[in-house]
Amino acid sequence: MSKQPILEIKNLHAGVENKKILKGFSLTINAGEVHALMGLNGSGKSTLAAILAGRDGYEVTEGTVNYLGKDLLELDPEERAREGVFLAFQYPVEIPGVNSTYFLKAALNEIRKHHGFQELDAIEFLNLVKDKIKLLDLNEDLLKRSVNEGFSGGEKKRAEIFQMAVLEPKLAILDETDSGLDIDALKVVSSGVNKLKRPDSAQLVITHYQRLLNYIIPDFVHVMADGRIVKSGGKELALELEANGYEAILKG
Amino acid sequence: MSTATDTIESLVKQEYKYGFVTDVESESTPPGLSEETIRFISAKKNEPTWLTEWRIKAFQYWQKMPEPTWQFVKYPKIDFQDISYFSQPKPKGDAPKSLDEVDPKLLEMYEKLGIPLRERGRLAGVAVDAIFDSVSVGTTYREDLAKKGIIFCSFSEAVHNHPDLVKKYLGSVVPYTDNYYAALNSAVFTDGSFCYIPKGVRCPMELSTYFRINAAKSGQFERTLIIADDGASVSYLEGCTAPMRDENQLHAAVVELVALETAEIKYSTVQNWYPGDENGVGGIYNFVTKRGLCKGKNSRITWTQVETGSAITWKYPSCILLGDGSKGEFYSVAVVNNMQQADTGTKMIHIGKNTKSTIVSKGISAGRGQNSYRGLVEIRKSAENARNFSQCDSMLIGAKCGAHTFPYIEVKNTTASVEHEASTSKIGEDQIFYCNSRGLETQDAVNMIVNGFCKEVFKELPMEFAVEAQKLLGVSLEGSVG
Repeated sequence: MSKQPILEIKNLHAGVENKKILKGFSLTINAGEVHALMGLNGSGKSTLAAILAGRDGYEVTEGTVNYLGKDLLELDPEERAREGVFLAFQYPVEIPGVNSTYFLKAALNEIRKHHGFQELDAIEFLNLVKDKIKLLDLNEDLLKRSVNEGFSGGEKKRAEIFQMAVLEPKLAILDETDSGLDIDALKVVSSGVNKLKRPDSAQLVITHYQRLLNYIIPDFVHVMADGRIVKSGGKELALELEANGYEAILKG
Repeated sequence: MSTATDTIESLVKQEYKYGFVTDVESESTPPGLSEETIRFISAKKNEPTWLTEWRIKAFQYWQKMPEPTWQFVKYPKIDFQDISYFSQPKPKGDAPKSLDEVDPKLLEMYEKLGIPLRERGRLAGVAVDAIFDSVSVGTTYREDLAKKGIIFCSFSEAVHNHPDLVKKYLGSVVPYTDNYYAALNSAVFTDGSFCYIPKGVRCPMELSTYFRINAAKSGQFERTLIIADDGASVSYLEGCTAPMRDENQLHAAVVELVALETAEIKYSTVQNWYPGDENGVGGIYNFVTKRGLCKGKNSRITWTQVETGSAITWKYPSCILLGDGSKGEFYSVAVVNNMQQADTGTKMIHIGKNTKSTIVSKGISAGRGQNSYRGLVEIRKSAENARNFSQCDSMLIGAKCGAHTFPYIEVKNTTASVEHEASTSKIGEDQIFYCNSRGLETQDAVNMIVNGFCKEVFKELPMEFAVEAQKLLGVSLEGSVG
């Protein structure tokens, strides 16, 4: 049985202002898979996440990104989101005065509208939210506050995962979600991610450290260096990396 | 994909939707200002001698005053001889006695603006006094209010029907010697709203004045006087629009509020005068003096303003906290876009003991707009245990606008506590991208971010006004990012 590809990146070259960052990056992610992308700082991991989500300021010079049969690079960021791409930010921004629930309801309704579903009213939305909160074992208080405002690092990351739970993306990209988390927060976030795994969607987990992969078990691990993948393997690759360091892998 | 700079540059372009001109015959004085003009206005309004004389004194005083230049706004010198000081829709026979006699074109205009002038709109629950150019067109719900002893009428009527109240309070909060434009207003004001809430009465509905400048080359100089007697309370709303015209028009109003013992006055403004076009041609000069006197013990005055219109806004709704334990509050959102300029803020003068004031100012600058907060907190020697809290936040949209803060603090009593917080933020591309990446359009994202920024002020507005204000903000900033 052939698997349905969700994301196919082929020979992607991209950068900012004459500085090449991605140099021939290729990766295929199928439905139901969890991929971990590892690498040293500066290897291009976060640039890849930014380009996939559609952030301004990057120039793609070569290559293609196919997402569920569409040219992803042609879509505006909000269109990508409505089509089911979700980026969990490394540094989620604060939006003072904008209630988290209100924000998330607006986001979900944009996605629903896009797919021709009726928008949820406040009560329907609150019911949905309560279910998701239970699933992730979060503090309901987060929803009453302004988007990320005054949240601790851990709260921000949890809030990102919570948004992911509500928006139910087809492709979730987690950009160093583990950075700045203590071990308890890491467990909460990871268990959330694991619970959100579905056969018809995929996750790309970007991380610097192996420790996140103690909790999120990837189907594939890729090691990135100088703008492309230099080694791919199963979850044991992450352990090898942990034991021998990046250098050994890059040399080998 | 558009670049980041383009993004931010194109969020502010939307036509002014109230820019139509109403075709009614009007009667205007030729441009020019002299004692004669003033006597003419006074005679036209059949005013008592004391008022005519008061006007003349104000005019003589004004003539000796220099035009102020300390404000942080730029505009060509105003030629006061080139303004018509009196314009009214031509009456068909005598002055209209009821709304039925008002020119249907005028009523149509107010319908267009969504003002419930006809009382059939019972559900609206707002009593309105509408001022067209210089003259009050009609006041609604007057009889219902009269049953409670509340007087709500045009200023001209008050002069005739309640001369004692007018004589006692006119100029008692803003004397004609106060400033250049207050002196000018005192000399030439043509109409306005008057409101008196008797002892112990809580006004059962929102009272509202709606101002409209229609005639070309005319100025609008209205005068509002609101008195809340002991234990009374009232919530008052003010709205304004004007047609799109290429020349600048002057609006120099004076608003005086008096709150006696334990009385409360809440005065909310949504100011949407024509702001001029993208290149700064035309638009209203909004030079207004607004001040409230907390005369009695434990009285309270709250100013809430949402300023989105006018080419230049220059106003400082203020509170004089005379009564012990009185409270003054000022909540403001000021938006400038394109070539608009605003220099606005408040003055809180603490005189009585245990007086408290709160200032929350939110300035939003887009396009090439310049936005200044200017505020004075003065604690006089007599003001034992006075408290003030001020918060001034500025938000910048794009790279060509400016935000400025000029706080003045004068404390003459050591028991006072004065806090001032200020912040300036740029509406972040990061914030917009974050919203985009959750499926929201850039315009919706900006509206959401700006509304969040203004939340503390909007929650002070009466319900329906708050909705109005949010929409207006969206319209004002449309096209400023895109």
